[in-house]
Amino acid sequence: MVSPCRVNQGNNGEIFLLCRSAKKHLGPSLCCFLATISQPLQVSNHVLTEDIIFREVTPTNCLISRRLLTKTSRAPRWMERYLPKHMASSAYIIEDSIVDPQKRTMTTLTWNISHARLMSVEERCHYRINPENGSWTEIKREAWVSSNVYGLSRAIQEFGLARFKTGVTKTMKGFEYVLAKMQGETPSRTLAETATERARETALAAKEKAKDLASHAQKKQYV
Amino acid sequence: MNSVGEACTELKREYDTCFNRWFAEKFLKGDRSGDPCTESFRKYQRCVQAAIKEKEIPIDGVDFMGPNKDNDRR
Repeated sequence: MVSPCRVNQGNNGEIFLLCRSAKKHLGPSLCCFLATISQPLQVSNHVLTEDIIFREVTPTNCLISRRLLTKTSRAPRWMERYLPKHMASSAYIIEDSIVDPQKRTMTTLTWNISHARLMSVEERCHYRINPENGSWTEIKREAWVSSNVYGLSRAIQEFGLARFKTGVTKTMKGFEYVLAKMQGETPSRTLAETATERARETALAAKEKAKDLASHAQKKQYV
Repeated sequence: MNSVGEACTELKREYDTCFNRWFAEKFLKGDRSGDPCTESFRKYQRCVQAAIKEKEIPIDGVDFMGPNKDNDRR
C-alpha cells in the first residue's frame, strides 16, 4: 500500500501534512529531505533548474543549505496585462533549509526573488516526527503572500493563496510518489480524497474572487 | 535536474552523488568524521557562482533564513 499523506488545517490557517515514513530506519529527516529535493522532479514540470549555492555544517552539527531554483513563470491572463512586456519569463526562487539530525527536524524557508514587487510569496515548512505516532512525519506549512501593486494587491494575494492551496495537493502527490519509490512500489495515482476535494474547492473559490477583484480594480481606475 | 549554468550540470551531478551518500551514511547517523565532498563542491560552486553572476540573478543581500523575520508569529 502506498504511504498516504493526510491534510489537516490548523487553527491559524496553517496546513499540516501527515506523511507516513516509508521505512522506519530512514527516519523523518531523511525521508522528507529526499522527498523535498526530488519532489520538483516528479510532479512539477515547471522547475527548470536547481542548484545548491551555499552549504555548511554548523558547530551544533546542523546542516544549513541555500538552494536556487528557476521555474517557468506562469501568470494568468488577467494579470499579464499589468506585467511589463519585457519581464523575465523565468522565476527565481531561493530556499533556505536547516536539518537537525539530533532533533530529527528540518525547517525550510522559500521565497521568490524575481517578480517580488508584483507578488511576493514566502513559505515556511517545519518537519518533525509526529509526537503521537513515531512512524508519521508531520509537516507544518505556512505561507505569506503580499503585493505592492497599487489597486491590485488584494486580487494578487487571493491568487497567490489559491495557487498555494493547489500546491498543497501537488506537494502531497510529490511526497506520495517519492515515498512509494523508496518503498520499491509503483506509485499510485490516487490521493486522499478529502484533501484533493478541499484543495480544489478552496482554490477555485479563491481564483474566482481574484478575477472579480481584478476587474473591479480595473473599473475603478476609470472612474 | 539541471544547473542554472548549462556547463555546470555535470559538476552538479558529481557533487549531488557525493553529498547524498555522505548525508545518508554519515551525517544522519551522527558520524562527524570529515566531509569527503569539499573538492567536488568547490569545483561545482566555482562554475555555478560564475553562471549566476553572468545571468545577473539577484541572490545577494539576504541573511540565511532572513526574509521578513516579522512573519514569525511564534
